[in-house]
Amino acid sequence: MTRLVVVGASLAGLRAVESARRAGFTGAITLLGAEEHLPYDRPPLSKEFLTGDGTPKQFRTEDALRTDLDVDLRLGTPATGLDPEQRVIHAGDDVVPYTAAVLATGATARTLPWLPTLSGLHTLRTLDDARTLRTVIHPGVRVVIVGAGFIGSELACSARRMGAEVTLVEAAPVPFAAAVGEELAPTIAALHTRNGTDLRCDVTVTGIDGDDRVRAVRLGDGSTLSADVVIVGVGAAPATGWLVGSGLKLDDGVVCDETLATSASDVYAAGDVARWFNPLFGETMRLEHWTSAAEQGGLAARNAIDPGAATPCTLVPYFWSDLYGGRVQFVGVPTADEVRVVAGDPAEDTLLALYRRGDRLIGALGVEQRRPVLRMRALIGKRVSWEGALAEVAAG
Amino acid sequence: MKIHIDTDVCTGHGICEGLRPDVFEVGDDGIVQLLTEEFTEADRADLEDAVDQCPTQALRLEG
Repeated sequence: MTRLVVVGASLAGLRAVESARRAGFTGAITLLGAEEHLPYDRPPLSKEFLTGDGTPKQFRTEDALRTDLDVDLRLGTPATGLDPEQRVIHAGDDVVPYTAAVLATGATARTLPWLPTLSGLHTLRTLDDARTLRTVIHPGVRVVIVGAGFIGSELACSARRMGAEVTLVEAAPVPFAAAVGEELAPTIAALHTRNGTDLRCDVTVTGIDGDDRVRAVRLGDGSTLSADVVIVGVGAAPATGWLVGSGLKLDDGVVCDETLATSASDVYAAGDVARWFNPLFGETMRLEHWTSAAEQGGLAARNAIDPGAATPCTLVPYFWSDLYGGRVQFVGVPTADEVRVVAGDPAEDTLLALYRRGDRLIGALGVEQRRPVLRMRALIGKRVSWEGALAEVAAG
Repeated sequence: MKIHIDTDVCTGHGICEGLRPDVFEVGDDGIVQLLTEEFTEADRADLEDAVDQCPTQALRLEG
């Protein structure tokens, strides 16, 4: 019997299951999820889930998964190993045979290796993490957020809206440089200062003080920040620990070819865990973006059930962040030969910038420029020239 | 085949417009609108992609 096993029950895993059924796959499908929860939407966890009524956004009901999509759904069942010779996936005592598999185990929150175990120290990745944060962030609570990337920044916005006193600490001279490039990173960082958030850059956290719970954060410049709650937002690491020893090629993610095929036959990967060769940019990448997970989940499943007709994953990266009511959007890749601001006024929190590599448009950054940014995404996908992109912008 | 837009949850990411600018358009109000409602089977795969890739799950395909 044919059996597609999808490992990971978040967005990429869900889209894999849906896509396989839609493509007419009639074999068995097993969906393994590490968390106890039905697939839910992660981006709101740092935003409206915290500031709103705390209802998670679930994609599908259990009945829709089990009955409509005929999925053998196993939640609270983290995969613990993969044996490409025997073609089985281990999940604790469960042994699940596969004829095709999609690995979509996502990423886990990075932390600081020396951190003590103290009440009041948190990370944010899962629904359970976010539920805990809702119970500890209150008006007047002193929150120190370590890491001013997009998650840390969104947390800062939300915690302030919840009435907390927030300090944002960043080790780099400016946050966002890896995400949007060094040239415009200060412009995005300025959103914090213009909105009155205490952002401290170029300073490391050297220690956490506490007794029965966290009391203060010590910084490399000698200062100390009193804290009731400390949230570490220093990025995420691909969840590949369970694959060590499987023989699968790993390198900061599961290494895939352009069709998302891993080094094991009939095993594909999707979402945050997949490092694949993107032919559109001629480089390997691993993305932790919502749209990539959605797109790759579906494609990996279609390729896994019909490898003979496998198509390459040529997506244009896209991420967004909502900061202080404004929307920051980035499409493409930020490593460019030239970055040119073509519209907007950063002082007014609007901006459209284009990124050039060679004679091609390879990226665009927007602040409150929703339509133009996504138009640039389509152009990047068509490998439009730099001149062509500038002409499009000029034409409006 | 019919596309439903939940205008309460659409925030104008415009992923759908990027996929099919002849079908979807984010208006000046930041909400997507349909430019046509005439679809054939040839449109199905694109419309499914638009539904799957909508970051706010504002689209639904019926039929």
